[in-house]
Amino acid sequence: MSVKLTVISEIEQIAEQHQKTLAPLTDDSILMNTGLDSLCFAVLVARLEDRLGVDPFSESDDISLPVTLADFVRVYENAAR
Amino acid sequence: MLHAEAARLRHYLDRPHSEDRFFLGANSSVAFADLRGGTSLGGRLHELAGRSVLLATHDQLAAALALIELDGVARRIVLCPPDLAAGHLSEIAANSEADAIVSDRGAADFAALGISLYIEADAIIRPATVQTGNRPTTWSLLTSGTTGAPKLVSHDIASLSAPIKRGARAPVWGTFYDIRRYGGLQIFFRALIGGGSLILSSCGETVADHLQRLTKHEVTHLSGTPSHWRRALMSPAIRAIRPGYVRLSGEIADQAILDNLRAFFAHASVGHAYASTEAGVGFEVDDGLAGFPAKLLAVGQGDVDIKIEGGSLRLRSARTASGYMGRDAPALLDADGFVDTGDMVELRGDRYHFVGRKGGIINVGGQKVHPEEVEAAINRHPAVWASLVRARKNPITGAVVAADVVLKDTSIQGDGMAAQTEREIIELCRQNIAPHKVPAVIRFVPTLNVSDSGKLLRHGRA
Repeated sequence: MSVKLTVISEIEQIAEQHQKTLAPLTDDSILMNTGLDSLCFAVLVARLEDRLGVDPFSESDDISLPVTLADFVRVYENAAR
Repeated sequence: MLHAEAARLRHYLDRPHSEDRFFLGANSSVAFADLRGGTSLGGRLHELAGRSVLLATHDQLAAALALIELDGVARRIVLCPPDLAAGHLSEIAANSEADAIVSDRGAADFAALGISLYIEADAIIRPATVQTGNRPTTWSLLTSGTTGAPKLVSHDIASLSAPIKRGARAPVWGTFYDIRRYGGLQIFFRALIGGGSLILSSCGETVADHLQRLTKHEVTHLSGTPSHWRRALMSPAIRAIRPGYVRLSGEIADQAILDNLRAFFAHASVGHAYASTEAGVGFEVDDGLAGFPAKLLAVGQGDVDIKIEGGSLRLRSARTASGYMGRDAPALLDADGFVDTGDMVELRGDRYHFVGRKGGIINVGGQKVHPEEVEAAINRHPAVWASLVRARKNPITGAVVAADVVLKDTSIQGDGMAAQTEREIIELCRQNIAPHKVPAVIRFVPTLNVSDSGKLLRHGRA
């Protein structure tokens, strides 16, 4: 599964578990407007660390925080290289 | 000295320019001057004289207005945050000997408490003959829940206002906190006593909408926890605000978040404060570095004595609470009058750094989690044999809950059955414990380490 599909599948699963109504996800989706709260994002980063073997946000201090879904996926794609 | 600050809150409405100073809520705003000649409690304040009042409004502006009216009139104000679990309310009411309710939620919400006096709080002011009082009022704050009901911590105007210095400027304060929590209440006092206005957040409001209001009202001083700030920094709407002062408190401010904020708000001063509901504001650190200078221990800061005992930070000052209240309330102060914050620190070079909570409590975005409570929830699943819950470092909330689980049938590790069991455990936890306590990740392991005394071996604990 690609990084992007992994991210989206985890987002959907977390939204369901946290009973959040998820906005349609596109590359341009603003993360803060997807319907997930900060606890959901915290869970997302933790699960992606297990799935992808990397937590790019903790491994480097100088990563700028992503705004869109595409930004977010890119941070993981770059970290996985 | 506290004599001037110990005046009743109403006193601060009489300051110059109070017609130009506001509480700015999500749906309405109130000028401080309006409250001088009116009431948000339908003119029923006199009924609350000498009462122990549960203040449990949904709307934060309604709470702010009621606080000013109640101070000096009520015997006690119990500040209930909006997310307080209904199940805890009766214990809090009993422990605080509450005999009145002020809320905007309707009396029916509180029927189970058997308290007959209910007064509606509004977020608008109606003209009325103003009642004042000069009774000492206890302000009871709730600590964020661990197991069981939150603890009630007693303050008064003197302890709450002790950290505040009056400035010449009139800042426009904003905070990501709710003012019913210590961190937010400090900002409420800063705005009222320090001569500014306050932009209140609203539960249910999106981060983007809140940031837009902060922009519209030209926030100059903005406070929140590191988790609040990380969330805000992920919203494009933050680009429009131009605060001169950025403040962090309530959680460990690590170097990454301090650097991020400094880079983002190049013209702002970025400071982090150490404070807790029990100990009050301990100190403020403005040099842009995580932790605090070791020399604070010798010299203190702003009348606060600081010491470290057994690795745990202890504070003594006029800002500390007077104690816990309720049945079986533990002692707050040690023999020398210090509050043990339970925050563990470590000396590295000439600075102390925060390393975690005494006793291994997990802090998820400022909310406390006892590992044992989560383990108990997990262990209720019929397929689970044992579990160990620990913190996993997290860039969003500081930490999340991670669980190592031993299944009764260890042969189902790592297959489709395991994934199904994992979903069931998470669902079971969601039904029984608060969302931040539900494990973010679960790992199935063959065994857990047990100490000689027969207890699960936790990191850093025998």
